[in-house]
Amino acid sequence: MRLHINGQPREANAATLNEIWEVEARMKEIDSPRGFAIALNGRVVPKNQWPDTPISDGDQIEIIRALSGG
Amino acid sequence: MNDALIIAGEHIPSRLLIGTAGYPNQKIMVDAIKASGAAVVTLSIRRISLQGHGSDTIGLLDGYRFLPNTAGCETARDAILTAQLAREALGTNWIKLEVIGDRETLYPDASELLEATRVLVDDGFVVLPYCSDDPVLCQRLADLGAAAVMPMGSMIGSGMGVANPANLEVICRRATVPVIVDAGIGTASDAVIAMELGASGVLLNTAVAKADDPVAMAHAMRLAVESGSFARAAGRIPRRGRAEASSPQLGLVGS
Repeated sequence: MRLHINGQPREANAATLNEIWEVEARMKEIDSPRGFAIALNGRVVPKNQWPDTPISDGDQIEIIRALSGG
Repeated sequence: MNDALIIAGEHIPSRLLIGTAGYPNQKIMVDAIKASGAAVVTLSIRRISLQGHGSDTIGLLDGYRFLPNTAGCETARDAILTAQLAREALGTNWIKLEVIGDRETLYPDASELLEATRVLVDDGFVVLPYCSDDPVLCQRLADLGAAAVMPMGSMIGSGMGVANPANLEVICRRATVPVIVDAGIGTASDAVIAMELGASGVLLNTAVAKADDPVAMAHAMRLAVESGSFARAAGRIPRRGRAEASSPQLGLVGS
């Protein structure tokens, strides 16, 4: 399945948004989703809905975090 | 004037709001924010990096009210999605709305800003738009339901202070919502001037973060905002084009 994550094309083998998150979190050593959020095809998906949100080929996923800013 | 700053019905204990970017290190950031007395801190929202993870800023800032921004967005559409992501990430419906129209000056794009304000107010956000020091734009933003307006003192990061005090005075005099001067503050006197002109508050970042001693400058800014606020409330004397002696003019020795 081909996804676009943060603007980059990515091959992924995942059924739900939560599985995508878990891969990202493991890769980047993130232990808590506090301060993070995900949008699927331009709509924010609340954290508690990640496990029940299916993903499909061509989906656009934005994963963000709050950082220092002015 | 020295009564509380109230935004969207919430009592804000300090009229100085401060950014969290660009400090020499995280300890200095935390110490400077503490020294500033600010209760509201700004944050940015960014895609998680493909290389690795950014530092955990928010974990160091428990107890502060977060004001995420939409810095860098160039369309209402991107700013709206960024605001919605910020709300989910941080659990706050407050947003410092920036929609940039020009990368050199970082001036806001007024039409995109108005559109994003309208949509986000409808979506339940407390919208604090960063805007140009234009009295009509400020009024339009307030009419759309912005909880405050945040006109620039001068260009972001420029340190040029309040470039157009006459505009700012008009904006403050007419405002139906709090006016927070955002951007351009370079040193303490700039913050004093903003407050003396009638601002309800000052939001700054670079002036503290990039000072030689950020913690000391944060303390100076705290005093400056308080000082300007007291001076405004006290009422300054009119400017005169001639001297007026302050000592009694009768009973001079030798007269």
